[in-house]
Amino acid sequence: MENKAVKNTGKSRDWGKLFGKQIFIPIAALLLLAIFNLVTDPSFYKITLGFNSAGNPVLSGYLVTILDYGSELAILAIGMTLVTAASGGQDISVGATIAIAGSVILRILCGTNSRPDTLQAPIIVAFLVACVAAMLCGAFNGILVAYFKIQPMVATLILFTAGRSIAAWINNNELPIISDPTFSYFGGFIPGIPIPMPFFIAVACMIVIALVLKFTNLRLYIQSVGINESSARLNGLNPAFIKFLTFVILGLCVAVAGLIKVSRLSSINYSVIAKDIEMDAILAVALGGNALSGGKFNMTASILGAYVIQFLTTTLYKFNVQSDALSAYKAVVVIALVVFSAPIVREKMSALGKKIKGQSHAKGVA
Amino acid sequence: MKSPKKSKGITNSNLLLIITIVVFFAMYIGAMIFQGKGFLKPQTFLNILNANAALIITSCGMSIVMITGGIDISVGGVAALVSMCCAVYLDFHDGNVFGAVLIALGIGLAFGLVQGFLVAYLGIQPFIVSLAGMFFARGMTTIVNTNPFNVANEAFVALKNTRVVVPGLGVVNKIGKYVDAYVEIGVVVALLLVVILFCVLRWTKPGRNFYAVGGNQQSALMLGINVKRTKFLAHLLCGLLAGIGGFVYFMHVGSGSASHASGMEMNAIASSIIGGTMLTGGVGNIIGTLFGVLSLSTIQNIVSSAGLDQAWWTGITVAAMLCLFLVIQSVIMNRKKKIKRIK
Repeated sequence: MENKAVKNTGKSRDWGKLFGKQIFIPIAALLLLAIFNLVTDPSFYKITLGFNSAGNPVLSGYLVTILDYGSELAILAIGMTLVTAASGGQDISVGATIAIAGSVILRILCGTNSRPDTLQAPIIVAFLVACVAAMLCGAFNGILVAYFKIQPMVATLILFTAGRSIAAWINNNELPIISDPTFSYFGGFIPGIPIPMPFFIAVACMIVIALVLKFTNLRLYIQSVGINESSARLNGLNPAFIKFLTFVILGLCVAVAGLIKVSRLSSINYSVIAKDIEMDAILAVALGGNALSGGKFNMTASILGAYVIQFLTTTLYKFNVQSDALSAYKAVVVIALVVFSAPIVREKMSALGKKIKGQSHAKGVA
Repeated sequence: MKSPKKSKGITNSNLLLIITIVVFFAMYIGAMIFQGKGFLKPQTFLNILNANAALIITSCGMSIVMITGGIDISVGGVAALVSMCCAVYLDFHDGNVFGAVLIALGIGLAFGLVQGFLVAYLGIQPFIVSLAGMFFARGMTTIVNTNPFNVANEAFVALKNTRVVVPGLGVVNKIGKYVDAYVEIGVVVALLLVVILFCVLRWTKPGRNFYAVGGNQQSALMLGINVKRTKFLAHLLCGLLAGIGGFVYFMHVGSGSASHASGMEMNAIASSIIGGTMLTGGVGNIIGTLFGVLSLSTIQNIVSSAGLDQAWWTGITVAAMLCLFLVIQSVIMNRKKKIKRIK
């Protein structure tokens, strides 16, 4: 922290101003992690060009892994940010809905046979059906939240419990395996391009959402509903519909993430797929400095937050932390973050900051 | 709306409680008529209690937090952590049972303290805090010990196998031998706690404060109630009950595993909601919660004895039931608002 202060004053920029900016939090976290890795083991940043089992050129290294596996999270973070901003709650059913979407994709691609030699339907058809299924799940959550006025986290608890069961039920609890190599492109590498495909899908989603936010009133509407629902209604908006819409958009994001997830394995494991991803997605939104109680949001910060989470996960894996134990460390990060961003703590911090600033100012004058 | 006195006849709280109790009896009697056999034996009912004693205790804690308008989803994680720590303590460190109980209470209290502080005094959303608590507890369970194992400590096994005979409910089995009906110690603990908590919530000042804070925080503050301390107390109590629930769970299963009590938080929330505790706070009843747990486990028993024993049916039925009761609550709330408007 002190280093940064020195750097910023060196740039003759107001420390408090940068500190107050939302994007500061994920960037600071990223820098912290980056420096930590640089100090402990510089080989973390090594990227090598190799060939995978199919003989295609691929890049490998921890940074590539982060870009690769952070993609689903970034896509989910987009939808989660919108839901958080509009309804002031989070959707905890995303992991279960990914299982449903993935199960639908496999069901359509495999038909009745669980081990087909050829695809039974074009991938795009399977994907579109999965989109519809995931958007229906989103609509279900949305109706409960927007029209029945149930707290988002409790309303989504329903799908959180039932989702994986439904996913298993869709495929009669079989574990279909797809042998067609084209299907694995979405979660792997397209021949000739050494950068992982999920990254491109994530970038495409980011471009779409950026265009939507730029050329439509969606951002304004969502923020006004999130900040004050009644005044948004008095201004002629339909808050219930806006909330509903954000849940459906999240459903779409979930379908895309589901496609990547099942494509990675060319199969599905109902109880493990996308496990705990809801926690990561919420964490990404929180790390992006967005208020978890709704209102204003910063999409760039959320997406950056998602990659920072993946950075953290990869770092922990590198230190041989078991995947089941990961959640304990992340929970500590969450608590640190929410404590840091709690209004009471912030007030105290800013009071402290002013005090320090006042002193240094006085020193400078003297 | 003719007179205000008449509309007082059935309050929301009572209506929800009545719905729950009716649903439970309808379900159980229905099961007796249509599935017969097992459900006619008293021991089946007692087995439901045996298997769900821990859930009853954690659900009570959950109800108290929900009455104050909060939520705590860390209870399942805490229960798993408690059983793992106790198992490790008993088996690897030759501990005694008394020490294990202390560990259980300590873990529960610690979670309650930290979460209560974060929620009440720092004003952080309870869901986020307890979500982090849940992940922390689950992660810690793995860190304490990765592999599941059975506890062989003699004193503990003796305690685990202690049966409390319920007089008058035994049946004569096929070979003509009289078999006593029994419950485990956990059930006694659970029912005792239910009675105590019911009295506390009904007749003591701190108990009434929970309702006041949950009903309307502003007016509770105006009445001179220490809102922050009340919320803190609710979370502390919930943590403590999660610890006790964890130990009772541990007594029931007798092993430590990272996957223990998975989905318990979900069942606890579902039971509380089915038992008539309002998510918005201010409304709830411990007796209702008890019936919520019983309804939930009865429907699970019905589902599995109807031959739909594939794992997914349980998840789907619980979720469907939760959904139904949530919608009923929402409808009741909206009706209440409309009545107010008409007045």
